[in-house]
Amino acid sequence: MKSKSFKPFSFQEETWQYILDGESGLVNAPTGCGKTYSVFLGALMQFINDHPEDYSKLKNNRLQLLWITPLRALAKDIGRAMEEAIESLGMQWKVGIRNGDTPVAERAKQKKNMPEVLIITPESLHLILTQKGYPELFRSLRIIAVDEWHELMGGKRGVQTELAINRIIHAGLSSARQGRSGQQHNATQLWGISATIGNLTEAKDVLLSTLNKAGVIVKADIHKPIEVHTIIPDEIERYPWSGHLGIKLAATLVPIIEQSKTSLIFINTRGMSETWYQTLLTIAPQLAGAIALHHGSIEQELRLWVEEALHTEKLKAVVCTASLDLGVDFRPVDTVIQVGSPKGVARFLQRAGRSGHRPGEVSKIYFLPTHSLELVEAAALKTAIAEEAIESKEPMLLCYDVLLQYLCTLAIGEGFRAEEIYAEIKSTWCYADLQENEWQELLHHLTDGGNALQQYDEYHKVELEGGVYRINNKRIAMRHRMHIGTIVSDAMLKVKFMSGGYVGVIEEWFISRLEPGDVFTLAGRNLELVMIKDMTVLVRKSSAKKSIVPSWNGGRMSLTANLGHILRQTFAQALTPLAGIELQSLQGLFELQRDLSHIPREDELLIEQIEDRDGFHLLVYPFEGRQVHEAMSAILAYRIGQIRPISFSISMNDYGFELLSDQPIPVDDSNAAELFTDENLLADIQRSINSTEMAKRKFRDIAVIGGLIFQGFPGQHQKARHLQSSASLLFKVFEEYDPGNILLRQAYNEVLVQQMDEVRLRQALQRISQSRIVLTFPQKLTPLSFPIIVDGLNRNNLSSEKLEDRIKKMQEQLTAL
Amino acid sequence: MQPMSAPLLHSINNHHFWLSAERCIFWEEAQTLILSDTHFGKTGHFRKNGIAVPQQVYKEDLQRFVQQVTHFKPQQIIVVGDLFHSRENRELELFLKWRRDMVHTRLVLVRGNHDLLDAAWYAAADIEVQEGIYQIDAFDFVHDPADNTETIKGRYSFSGHIHPGVSLQGTAKQCLQFPCFFFGKQQCILPAFSRFSGIKIMRSQKSDSVYAIADGTIMKLRSS
Repeated sequence: MKSKSFKPFSFQEETWQYILDGESGLVNAPTGCGKTYSVFLGALMQFINDHPEDYSKLKNNRLQLLWITPLRALAKDIGRAMEEAIESLGMQWKVGIRNGDTPVAERAKQKKNMPEVLIITPESLHLILTQKGYPELFRSLRIIAVDEWHELMGGKRGVQTELAINRIIHAGLSSARQGRSGQQHNATQLWGISATIGNLTEAKDVLLSTLNKAGVIVKADIHKPIEVHTIIPDEIERYPWSGHLGIKLAATLVPIIEQSKTSLIFINTRGMSETWYQTLLTIAPQLAGAIALHHGSIEQELRLWVEEALHTEKLKAVVCTASLDLGVDFRPVDTVIQVGSPKGVARFLQRAGRSGHRPGEVSKIYFLPTHSLELVEAAALKTAIAEEAIESKEPMLLCYDVLLQYLCTLAIGEGFRAEEIYAEIKSTWCYADLQENEWQELLHHLTDGGNALQQYDEYHKVELEGGVYRINNKRIAMRHRMHIGTIVSDAMLKVKFMSGGYVGVIEEWFISRLEPGDVFTLAGRNLELVMIKDMTVLVRKSSAKKSIVPSWNGGRMSLTANLGHILRQTFAQALTPLAGIELQSLQGLFELQRDLSHIPREDELLIEQIEDRDGFHLLVYPFEGRQVHEAMSAILAYRIGQIRPISFSISMNDYGFELLSDQPIPVDDSNAAELFTDENLLADIQRSINSTEMAKRKFRDIAVIGGLIFQGFPGQHQKARHLQSSASLLFKVFEEYDPGNILLRQAYNEVLVQQMDEVRLRQALQRISQSRIVLTFPQKLTPLSFPIIVDGLNRNNLSSEKLEDRIKKMQEQLTAL
Repeated sequence: MQPMSAPLLHSINNHHFWLSAERCIFWEEAQTLILSDTHFGKTGHFRKNGIAVPQQVYKEDLQRFVQQVTHFKPQQIIVVGDLFHSRENRELELFLKWRRDMVHTRLVLVRGNHDLLDAAWYAAADIEVQEGIYQIDAFDFVHDPADNTETIKGRYSFSGHIHPGVSLQGTAKQCLQFPCFFFGKQQCILPAFSRFSGIKIMRSQKSDSVYAIADGTIMKLRSS
C-alpha cells in the first residue's frame, strides 16, 4: 500500500485496529472517502497478521469475507477496487460476485471453490441458504460486511439481511460447538457501513442484535462543504401546479451543464426522467450523444454502459432517478442538479455528495423547483443543512411475510427444527418480540395452510418429518427459489422489440391500460405497443410525436417530519424581513394568499373552506408530509362523518390535504379543535374505512413476499396460469373468508405503523392542539389550495353513507348530467 | 350468508330471465338455471401448490350454488364454461357429493378454457359436456363471447369468461366497482359465479342493459 502513496484517513486506521481486535461495529462515512477500504483492508490485514510468513502465497483459503451490498450495479466496481488492493499487496485472494446476474457456471465454480471474498445481494444470500450443505461454505468466514446499511435497514431487504446473518452466525456457532473444523474457531465479526442518519446508534444495534454485542461506531470526521444554488424562475406563477413548471425551466440547465465537467440531474420519478431527457435533447440538440438516461426500468446493459461512461468522462450529463443515489463515486461529476423536492434532508445531502469528490473540492447542487412553492422547500433545505438536521431510518419490526419466506428457504435447504430457529430469530432486532403463539401460527400456515375443510384439502407446502420441517416437492422448491428476489411491489413485464432486442421492464398495470397501437415512452424511445404475449410486451419503434409517459408508482415519496418542521418555520418567514432570496421571489404569491386567506405562522393551523362548482372543499395545511396527511385526512373524514353522513374524496400533497364533498362540510370554530384531538386516535384509525384501502395496498408486497402470488416461470407461462391471482382479489377473499389470517393482520399493522405512522400522527395532532386554528372562507381557490386540488391522482374514497344510498346518489348524478 | 334479495326480470324476445343477486340467471320458459365461471376447485388447486388461500370461499360458493338450485328448482343447469378451475383435486369430491344428491337435474357444461378434466370424469359426474356453441331454441350458449363471431339476426347468446364488472363514478370523483350482468343487443355476459374471481370493467353503450350486484342486491343501472 505504501508504494501507492496511499495515506489513510484516521477513521480507516481506527476501523483496522478494531477489526484486528476482533470487534464488530458500524463505520459511518460519507461516500467517496474510502469507506470500502476501511473494512476491506481490515480484513486483509487480519489475514496477514494471522499468516505473517506466507500470506502472499496462500491460495484457496475458502470464504473469508462476505460483502453484502444492496445494489447489483455496485458489485463490479467494488470487486475491481478490491482486486487492485489485493494485487498491490501481492496476495492470492480471489473476489467473487454473486447476484441475479451471475451465470450458472460461475455459481457452480464458486460452490466448488469459494473465493475468499464474496460480494452478494441479500436475495442471493438467501438463495445460498436453499442449498444443502450451506453451513460448510461459511465455516471459514471471518467477517460479514454490510454496505449501505442505512439504505437496507428501513426496508424488508434489511430484514432479509438480518435473517441471513442470523443464520450464518448461528450455523457457525453450532459447527464450532461440534468441533468439526478441528481447529480453533474464530467468532465471525460483523461490520456495517452507513451514511449519516439521525439514528446511527440504533442502526448499529439493529445490525449487531444477533451477536448480542454492543460493538463500536467509527465516525469519519470529514466535513465536505456543500453549496446549494436555487434556480429562481423569472416569472413566478401565483397558482402553482406541481410538475409543469420544471420543464419550462429546462433551458436554464443548459448553461449549467455546459459549464460543468459532468452533471447528474436527479428527477424524482422514472416517468419524469423520460420527459426531461427528451426535453433536454430538444432544446439543446448539441448535447446529443453527450447526455444519457439512467433509471431502474432501463435495460441493465445500457445502465452499465452509462455508469462506465460516467467514470471515463464520456458524458456531459446523466438524467437519473434514485437509481444513482447509491454506489461508487463517479469522480468526474462536479455538479448535481435536483429537480423537484427531494422530500428529505438526508436524500438531498446524499445527492449533493455525489459531486466534488477530490480532496478540497466543494459539493455543488442546484435546486430546480417544479412548482413555485418548492422554492420554500429550497429555503428550508438550506436551513436544514446548516443545522445538520438529518432524518432517522426506522427499522421494520415483526415482518411475518419475510419470516415465512425465510422459513421456506430453510425448509428447502437443510430443513429446520422449530425450537432451534425460534430461539435464533428471537436474537434479531426484527423478531425479538415474536410471541410463541404467533410463531405457532406461522408454522401452522406453512404446514396446514390456515383453515381448511380437512377431508377435502390437499394443502401441500412444508412437511414435518422427524421434528424437521422440509419442503420436498421440487416444483414448490423451484417456485420459491424464483421468488426470493421479488421484494418488489408490482408485476413487471419485459419490453422487447418485435424484431428482438430488449428495451427494459415496465409495470403491468401501466401496460394494461394501453391498447395495441398506442405509443409510449421507455428508455428514451417512443414505442408502439403491438401485443402482450407470455409476460412480454412486444413493441416496434414509433415516429409518433405524441406518446404516453408511464407514471411509475414508486415516485410518490413523502416529505419527512424533519423537513416538514423546518418548512413550517420557513413559511412563517414569508413577507417578513427574515425572508431569504427564495421567499422574496414568491412575494406575489404570498400576497395573494394573504389577501384571499391567510399565511400560517409556525404556531397556527390554517383551514380553508371553498365552494365552487366541483363541490365543497375543506383544505387543511399541517405541513407534515403526504404520508401523515393521508392518515390525518382519513381520520378527519371519519370524524366529520360522525357528525352527519357524508362522502368525501380526498387528495393531498406534502403541505396539506383536501376533503371534497358534494354537500357542505360541517366544520367551524365550535368543533375544529375537537376534530383534531388525539383522544381515541387508535380507535378512530381502525374505524376509518380507509385503513382497508391502505391495507390492500400494503398487502400487495406482503402477498408476493409471503408466497401467495406467483408470477410464473419464465417461458412456462401456460402451466402457471391457473395459479395466478391479483393481490387485490386475494385481499378481498381473505377479508371475507379468513379475516384473522396472519398476513392480513400484518397488512393492517403495516398501515398503522408505517402508513398511518401512528407515533408521528399523534405528535402532529398534539402539536396542532397547541396551535391556533385559523379558519378562512376564501372566495376563490388560494395559491396554497391550488396544487392540492389539481393533484387528483391520489384520490381515496371514504364514505359513511350506506353503500346503496351512495350508488343511488351516483346514479342520480349520472343521469342528471 | 346474507338473505337473498328478490331477483330482477329481464325479457328477451318474450322469454323471461330472472337475474339473481347470487350471480346466476333463471330462464323461466326453459326451467333452466344459467351460470358461468364457477371455477370450482380453484382454492384446492392453489393450496395443492402451496398457496394458502382460505377454502371457505369454495365452500360458500358451493353452498350458494346448491341454494340457488333449491330455490329455482330447475330441470336443467347450464354452466357456460369454467365449471372447474383446473385439473382434479380433492375439493371436487365435495362437488360430487352434492351432485349425487341431485341426480334428477340435468347438468350441461359448455366447455370453457379451464375445463380440462377427462371425459370419463364428466361422465361419472353425470355432466353433459358441449363443445363450442350449444343451442336451445333461438338461444346460443358459448363460453367466450369472442367465439360467437357470427351474430345471426333473431338469435341471442349467453357467455361468461370475461367476469364483467362496472365502475360507477359520481361527482367528487367517487368510484366503486361491482360485478354485473351485461346484456348487449345480441349477447349476455354473465358475472363469474365464484367469489374467488376478479372483474373486468366493461364499457357500455346506450343500447346495453347493465345490472350491478352490490352487497347482496341486484340493481339495474340507468343507461349512460
